[in-house]
Amino acid sequence: MTAPTAHGDNFQTPDHKRYFYEKLGVTDRLIERCLGEALAAGGDYADLYFEAVTSTSIGVDESLVKTASQGVSVGCGVRVFSGERTGYAYTDDLSPERLLRAAHTAALIANGPNKQSVAGFQETKTPSLYPVTGASVDAETAAKLELVMRADRTARAFDSRIIQVRATYADELRRILVVGSDGVYASDTQPLARLNVFVIAKEGDNVARGTSGGGGRLTLENFQSGEKTPERFAREAARQAVLQLGAVAAPAGEMEVVLGPGWPGVLLHEAVGHGLEADFNRKKTSAFAGLIGQKVASSKVTVVDNGRMENRRGSLNVDDEGNATQETVLIENGILKGYLSDKLSARLMGIASTGSGRRESYRHIPMPRMTNTYMLSGEDAPEDIIRSVKRGLYAVNFGGGQVDITNGKFVFSASEAYLIEDGKVTAPVKGATLVGNGPEALKYVSMVGNDLALDEGIGTCGKDGQSVPVGVGMPTIKLDKMTVGGTGQ
Amino acid sequence: MATNNAVVEKSDLAQLATDVLSKALQAGASDAEVVISEGDEFSTLVRLGQVETLKESGSRALGLHVYFGQRSATTSTSDFSAEGVERLVHGAVELARVTSEDPYSGLPDASEFGSAPGDQGLYFDDVYSLPVEERIAMARRAEEAALSVDTRMQNSDGANFDVATGLKVLANSRGFVGEYRRSYCGFSVAPIAQDGNGMQRDWWYTNARTLKNLESPEEVGREAARRTLRRLGARRVPTQRATVVFSPEIARSIMGNVLAAADGDAIYRSASFFNGMLEKEVAGSNITIIDDGTLILPGGVGGFGTTPFDGEGLPTRRKAIVERGVLKNYLLNTYTARKLNMHSTGNASRGLAGAAGIGAGNFYLEPGTLTPEQLIGEVQSGLYVTETMGFGVNLVTGDYSQGASGLWIENGELAYPVEEITIAGNLKEMYRNISGIANDLVFRSAGACPTIRVEGMMIAGA
Repeated sequence: MTAPTAHGDNFQTPDHKRYFYEKLGVTDRLIERCLGEALAAGGDYADLYFEAVTSTSIGVDESLVKTASQGVSVGCGVRVFSGERTGYAYTDDLSPERLLRAAHTAALIANGPNKQSVAGFQETKTPSLYPVTGASVDAETAAKLELVMRADRTARAFDSRIIQVRATYADELRRILVVGSDGVYASDTQPLARLNVFVIAKEGDNVARGTSGGGGRLTLENFQSGEKTPERFAREAARQAVLQLGAVAAPAGEMEVVLGPGWPGVLLHEAVGHGLEADFNRKKTSAFAGLIGQKVASSKVTVVDNGRMENRRGSLNVDDEGNATQETVLIENGILKGYLSDKLSARLMGIASTGSGRRESYRHIPMPRMTNTYMLSGEDAPEDIIRSVKRGLYAVNFGGGQVDITNGKFVFSASEAYLIEDGKVTAPVKGATLVGNGPEALKYVSMVGNDLALDEGIGTCGKDGQSVPVGVGMPTIKLDKMTVGGTGQ
Repeated sequence: MATNNAVVEKSDLAQLATDVLSKALQAGASDAEVVISEGDEFSTLVRLGQVETLKESGSRALGLHVYFGQRSATTSTSDFSAEGVERLVHGAVELARVTSEDPYSGLPDASEFGSAPGDQGLYFDDVYSLPVEERIAMARRAEEAALSVDTRMQNSDGANFDVATGLKVLANSRGFVGEYRRSYCGFSVAPIAQDGNGMQRDWWYTNARTLKNLESPEEVGREAARRTLRRLGARRVPTQRATVVFSPEIARSIMGNVLAAADGDAIYRSASFFNGMLEKEVAGSNITIIDDGTLILPGGVGGFGTTPFDGEGLPTRRKAIVERGVLKNYLLNTYTARKLNMHSTGNASRGLAGAAGIGAGNFYLEPGTLTPEQLIGEVQSGLYVTETMGFGVNLVTGDYSQGASGLWIENGELAYPVEEITIAGNLKEMYRNISGIANDLVFRSAGACPTIRVEGMMIAGA
């Protein structure tokens, strides 16, 4: 076996795999031996996932640079399929002896003679959705420091009631090499950066918090000027905290709800996204199991999961199983269209992989996961949507959400919301949790705005103890009814 | 079977930690702290009787915190080679140059170092003694027990069996070197019940530091089935103000917010609703909450939150956070103690990366005398909460709004299951409105609470 070379028609394609061969001592022969060992007990399929992550973080707190950190994590996970069974082992030591031992451990999931041969690797063709940064992290420290200091200055200058400011810039560069016994061979270099601002505002005994931030598969330069500057996030965090000082109790009960564009798309992530991950449907443990082709939303609703958006936090050139990512339609005009699948569920369900196999690190078994999940724009003007509401809630920012896959019940917690009275946005209200039922909630979508926006790029999704970066998005929408969990009447 | 965690001879990793310290000092650091963690994990998932996954591995990592006077920085790595350690030290030194002088930063004073005395019962070498086939069999039995309870038990998310052991080493340039080993084993099962109204999932588990203390798979399976079946046919209730009874699992999370609100980091930032409340009344006089990093349970087994020393090498200890309604202690590490002109409470937590944070040891709400049934029996109409969902807890203001499911209480009896509702209030008021505490305190994790009853919460539903 020889490692395939990058396609000759594009000399610009970075050679992501080089790092593993040149810096970490990976060889074609070693890969071949490990896959052979992994299949020695009769497994149907095996793959190796090499990963090297460098991460840095710098934070300003009380106008002092209190924290600066840097981390390196290298390892390899070995996975073996035997029918519906998965064996998994990993090592943070890439010596041949330790890699072979991990392969041997994973192999024991199967019980029989070796029946697979390993040959014919073909490199997955990948786009270049994000920049490949160098490894010279040290040189950039001063520039990162300047970013967080800018955030600190701006937030403090925003309003004299801002008494605490913390700002953090964190980034990582994740290199992966995935080789499967089915011939899949893929590598990628994935940058990920975020800038976060957290503030406290105080007026008399009244205290409130505000948070903001943004990021994506970006590099430092993207934060120095343009849309993702520290000034913008600092002002946004400070604005929210000051606004919350004057917030009244949120209403309680079922009412009309308007969700603003962008981050409120977390509704889709919780209400439908998780329920459409193929593992839950293979096991028939999802409230959406068996609903393909059925109406699960208003005909104004079309929802996609798209791993192929440039520079987005949830985007990937290739998933963690070596498959190309794609745009997958989940709901089209209200009809449930498809699932998000990884290799195992695609094999067992007889469906195509949607390039949704993701994992937190080499220590974790891949699962079907979302990338960037959003609702397509409709035709309504956002002002008309607000105007149509007699009495309701207008929620524009959310803290996060959660779903029970099996009964479909989901929540998401608003961090910035307002009352709508007689078609006008009025008083800001305190944070409140909204609750609904996944296969039902989107049937009440009566208006869809023409203003699709994606979130700022700081979302992280947790499933079975594994965290992965994701994106969400939505235009302004109106739900004719949803339950709002405030304390007011 | 427990081995003494007062290690006489330094392990190889403790030796490595001291070597890294010397390298940091040679590179010019005025002080340094090293943490090393090493661990093994095994897990298996059995679903509908068949093995779905088997995972077995080990890993280790090293974290370094350097000080140059009052500037500091941290680095971490999984690469233990000489070159990897060199990079770790060099990286930390470079980073520390850009950080600010912080008058409150620095290692604790050497006089404060220490370890809780005696054997805390944290490590039992029997956890890996069971052959893999028997671990699989235990998970299978738990699932079988759950699924055979009732014909409505038709599917399953599976049953896990997990084992883990870990070694943690902490060393600093002011003379502290300590290490301890911990063990864990446990299994859980998540069955799914179905009837004409739809599907419901719930789960139950047992875990321990030693195999001897695990409950039987059949017991765990039957309890998981009971919890799942009681959710079938759940409905919504109208929006109203009502009494809410919280099961021990949810009470633990509500009382966990007391610990989070008493966190010194939030206190010095004015980011907690307990700010300025020390020695003042923050809850009803029936509330006493203890944080105990030294807790040893009956049978000589350490609690899940027990350690001999904290993340900075200070001995862990037992203290009241709230005593008869009065806030008695914040949770402090060295940094936040200095900020507040107080003393560390031995609550420093230390991960691989970053400076020391703050964490509780084992915390619990002191139990009352009523049984949970008596507590519920006194409620004419109200909600018994068995699950909450969401992120609607604001520790700055105390505002609380969470999705909930459970059972409706009618005339003192659990009448029918409810879901897709929210419960809301403010923690400051909720802690004062606890009208009853039951006697069912059981340590299943580092935190534990009996059933509690809170008056006057807002329920939003249909």
